[in-house]
Amino acid sequence: MRQKIKVADISKTAREPLTHLEGRDLMPLPPPYDGPAGQHDWPPLPAQTLAGCECFLDDTCVVNFPQPKTKQEEDELVGKFLSGLEKLFNRDNNWTFLQPLVLTMEHCTKCQTCSDACHIFEASGRNEIYRPTFRTEIVRRLYFKYVKRGGLLSAWQHGDIQLNWPLVARLLELCYRCNLCRRCAQACPIGADNGLVARELRKVFSQEMGITAKELHEKGSMLQLRVGSSTGMNAAAVRDNMDFIDEDTSERAGIAVKTPWDVEGADILLIHNAGEIVAWPDNPGAFALLLNAAGISWTLSSELAGYDSINYGVFYDDAQFARVAIKHAEAARKLKVKKIVLGECGHAHKALTLIADRVLTGDLNIPRESSLTLLRDIVTSGRIRFDPARNDFPVTLHDPCNLVRLMGVVEPQREILRKLCPQFREMEPHGVMNYCCGGGSGFAIISGNNFQDWRFQVSGRKKLLQILTAFEDCLDPSIPKYVCAPCSNCKGQFRDMFTYYGLWEKHRILYGGLVELIVNAMSDVKPGFLEWEWH
Amino acid sequence: MVSTIAIYAVLYASLAVFVVASIVRAAGYARLPLHLRWEIYPVPHEEKGRAAHGGSYFEMKDWWTQPAKFNRSGELKAMLAEMLFLKGLWEFKKKTWYRSYPFHLGLYLLFGATALLFSSAFLWIVAPRSWAAGPGIVLHGACVILGPAGIGLTLAGAAGLLLQRLTDADLKPYTTPADIFNLLFFIVAAGFLAAGYLWRGKGSFSAFALARGLLTFDAGLRVPALFGFGLVLGALLVAYIPLTHMSHFIAKYFTYHSVRWGDQPNGRGSGIEKRIAEMLTYRPTWAAPHIGADGAKTWAEIAITNPAQGGKK
Ligand code: SF4
Ligand code: SF4
Repeated sequence: MRQKIKVADISKTAREPLTHLEGRDLMPLPPPYDGPAGQHDWPPLPAQTLAGCECFLDDTCVVNFPQPKTKQEEDELVGKFLSGLEKLFNRDNNWTFLQPLVLTMEHCTKCQTCSDACHIFEASGRNEIYRPTFRTEIVRRLYFKYVKRGGLLSAWQHGDIQLNWPLVARLLELCYRCNLCRRCAQACPIGADNGLVARELRKVFSQEMGITAKELHEKGSMLQLRVGSSTGMNAAAVRDNMDFIDEDTSERAGIAVKTPWDVEGADILLIHNAGEIVAWPDNPGAFALLLNAAGISWTLSSELAGYDSINYGVFYDDAQFARVAIKHAEAARKLKVKKIVLGECGHAHKALTLIADRVLTGDLNIPRESSLTLLRDIVTSGRIRFDPARNDFPVTLHDPCNLVRLMGVVEPQREILRKLCPQFREMEPHGVMNYCCGGGSGFAIISGNNFQDWRFQVSGRKKLLQILTAFEDCLDPSIPKYVCAPCSNCKGQFRDMFTYYGLWEKHRILYGGLVELIVNAMSDVKPGFLEWEWH
Repeated sequence: MVSTIAIYAVLYASLAVFVVASIVRAAGYARLPLHLRWEIYPVPHEEKGRAAHGGSYFEMKDWWTQPAKFNRSGELKAMLAEMLFLKGLWEFKKKTWYRSYPFHLGLYLLFGATALLFSSAFLWIVAPRSWAAGPGIVLHGACVILGPAGIGLTLAGAAGLLLQRLTDADLKPYTTPADIFNLLFFIVAAGFLAAGYLWRGKGSFSAFALARGLLTFDAGLRVPALFGFGLVLGALLVAYIPLTHMSHFIAKYFTYHSVRWGDQPNGRGSGIEKRIAEMLTYRPTWAAPHIGADGAKTWAEIAITNPAQGGKK
């Protein structure tokens, strides 16, 4: 029986995790995943990590922050944390999210409606540390005690908390146990936002203390701002890769494909998540083929960050977010395009189309739209002939949170699937009520220590269950099945999670993007564009 | 008998505190700067067809060229469903709705009964003949039904919520002494009001007489002690609410309209753009080296520097 954890435990000075995750405590999965197939040995954290890093929250660790050597060092870090916390509630430092944050701090009724909406909390077997309000309650108590400088009366009203280094170190990890999917906020009757609190905490660590998950910062936004893409590809490399993709697509489709680069005055600047070019080349290849076939005036850009729509700042840092968004807009301005269209990447959609809407002003405020609406219009325009029989296999659709719940692009992708995929079926729940894939908020690219186990066993568990349920009538491996995920991060999570559970070998469940399905159904394309191979 | 004038003073003072504290709180939230967009779908003022599935104007190709349609009736419907029926709680946590809804409905009814009572008293003062001609009877009848129903539902709901707080394993660890106190405050105040009214003594006093007395400062009115105590407690509760998180009726205006449903796009030369331009002049002091803030550089300057290329623009 798991020990009950209290909010005050976050300050425990014992250098041991607050909780251990046992397979038997997790949300049950259907057969065969209720047996050994679903239960992997969870490797313990390496002894070296445990000895040298602050990893005392649960059985995994994202940031690997080195343990301070002295009490003085600890106190300095606590002081920096506190100064960052104060800045969160200050107009000049945090105008970007001050209002929703203050409202969340001051008006939670502690009804726990949000908890039932959180897939991480549910999948963990309702482990207290993953409850959406657990993290927020700690921050709320700190807010009333240290930012509002409340005394005894305030402690009586809001609860007390002991601020020390173990609390700060555990919070650092705890803010990386949330997918920022904001399903909890959608369910909150007050409109309080526990997802926002996790992100604001990440900001305190990044913007004040310079501490982040390296995958998001050094290997993410910094790499992108240095060479142009968080994949590490510079402009020459990305053009080489696209040339190769063009050749490969032409050969497979039987139609010559050429990707246009840096075309001044084109109608559309298309920005892909550059991860597609490296990991799922069929996707940019299919885009090029389809847009050319539809007679669209479009281009890619080879400007710094102009060919990579990734914007990891949206997960942890407002300054990095704004810098990358501005780079995207500058690339469009330079080419004098009419609009920017975002490829199949959820967080990139939300970052540039919606959040950056209140950062980009003047001539940087270039219209931005989703590729899904463009694809829908191409498919329904009658300009291209399709043969839906080519997609006559079970298909289900994953709704990326950033694109759907947080941006309201719900129907275009469904219109396409209903038209081109005779065996399309929904997951339940779906649309704006969807569940996160478990890779949201940057998790899909974080894999240090045993964090992948946590990603697949905990944060991805609910989605796994949804997929298995959507295909429960056709799980037999003789029937190939396709999970359509119009988002690079979600695909990253699916690739790794399906491998972990053996979904391809056991059930022939493949995942992929939307545009690949469209091109696969084009009558003028050689049959078999979609390759039923694990990738 | 308690001093009638003292009771009037407490009632008026509490009302004043309620109004002033609510305004201060609302103004405080309204003055916070425009934040980055952070909506959650469904957004009910979206065009009808799209609102049904939670879609946004981003579902339209070239959305910025389409005339903006604001579905007022959709938004109003969603607001009323939330305010009158606590729809969110019904959808996502029925167990609590069964307790919270009677509680809130009770408060609405009490508010309604009080408003009618004072309308009736006011009419009696300014136009006694019209009052006697019919409206008085109707208003009185409505108060007689709404008042007790309101008290009863508030009591039952608050007791249910308190019991849930004390027994539910999910709620208990997050319950502070103030949460218990707040619910007890409602139970005790409503209890004293009900008891005081029931045992007020025949023919000596009525709620209508009190309303009339309050409007005319009738010092001769004799308020029974038990009921007077209930009144003072109720008044203190009214003053206390906007000082606590129970003022979520104010917060919800902002969390819904400004955050969840805040989908207004920023057009070139628009009012939003002007507000953004102002905020981009703020001077942050974040200390991490990659931010490059020194208290002198503005947000805009920071956003156009590239820390990965030695701070190049
Ligand atoms: S965040 Fe909202 S749903 Fe969650 S406990 Fe607070 S008020 Fe309730
Ligand atoms: S944002 Fe998503 S993952 Fe995070 S607490 Fe809320 S529901 Fe859970």
